[in-house]
Amino acid sequence: MTTPTLLQGQVSAGDVLPELAYPVTATTIVLGALAARDWRPMHHDKDFAVNRNGTKDIFINTPNLASWFERYITDWTGPFGRLQRVTFRMLGSIFPGDTMVFQGTVTDTGVDDTGCGWVAMDISVSVDGDPKTTCKARVALPVDADDNPWSRSGDRWTP
Amino acid sequence: MSAIGIDDIEGALGVSQYEEEGEFPVEQGYIWTTCSSVENGNPLFWDPEVAEEVTGGPIAPPTMVSVWFRPHHWAPNRSTPGLPLQIHFDLKEGLGLPEAVMSDNTIVFHEPVRPGDRLSTRQILKSVSDEKTTKLGTGRFWVIDVEYRNQRGDLVAVESYTGFGYRRAEAEVGK
Repeated sequence: MTTPTLLQGQVSAGDVLPELAYPVTATTIVLGALAARDWRPMHHDKDFAVNRNGTKDIFINTPNLASWFERYITDWTGPFGRLQRVTFRMLGSIFPGDTMVFQGTVTDTGVDDTGCGWVAMDISVSVDGDPKTTCKARVALPVDADDNPWSRSGDRWTP
Repeated sequence: MSAIGIDDIEGALGVSQYEEEGEFPVEQGYIWTTCSSVENGNPLFWDPEVAEEVTGGPIAPPTMVSVWFRPHHWAPNRSTPGLPLQIHFDLKEGLGLPEAVMSDNTIVFHEPVRPGDRLSTRQILKSVSDEKTTKLGTGRFWVIDVEYRNQRGDLVAVESYTGFGYRRAEAEVGK
């Protein structure tokens, strides 16, 4: 029997998510690009990235970065966390040799008119303290041990 | 594919365009490859019993929704597919704005996407701003929604892109 590990009522504005640091290699970037079916050369061909795009190396593609943000959020919520919405703002690229650091802070929590509990947060991924992409996310969390946001649909799911 | 000029904007707002079906059904292999690429150990994607209990069977990570529409690198007898966000390019052409950037991107998640689903997509122009000048140049902001639905017609996600099409400030000076 799987039970929720984090309930909406256990979270408050100002709570800080555990930091995630990850050393990025060329393999991280190529694997992520192909997993996202992004065949564009600046995500696997250094010569193209440098000489055609004018970047210092190949860099992580945006859809794969979305997968990193999702992983960062659900590492914290557990499987009962159900994403409602994410907004990304791209500020810079992430290259091989960078250590990317994910950080997040809860900005608000609540229960909507349908009884669905939610938590809003600001997340960023930075390299050497420089934000590369920021993400505002809202995720549904169970309000008690018997609740499951994934059981909601139609009028009961207002993300 | 047709350029959207200044006089076409009003008629284009809120109209669904470029409806397209993905080239292949949602599949488990890409789900595992994606989770592996970001070391995502969420048991929903790895443990069928947890998936059955929590989500009523296996699902795809919600943020993968656009993955199912990226065309194969090669396919036999393929007609040229429309560019993703074709409306963005229609606006650039019709408004005579040679440069463009995407400033932000929101995804709202509805019904879960499951292996075997056949998803379709359509694009809707939501708004076009008056002319504005930023440090990049002079142009217009626009918002384009991309709706994703499954084979039953259920909405699975809506992606909203904010674009800024512009002419470079230097180009103005050089005229």
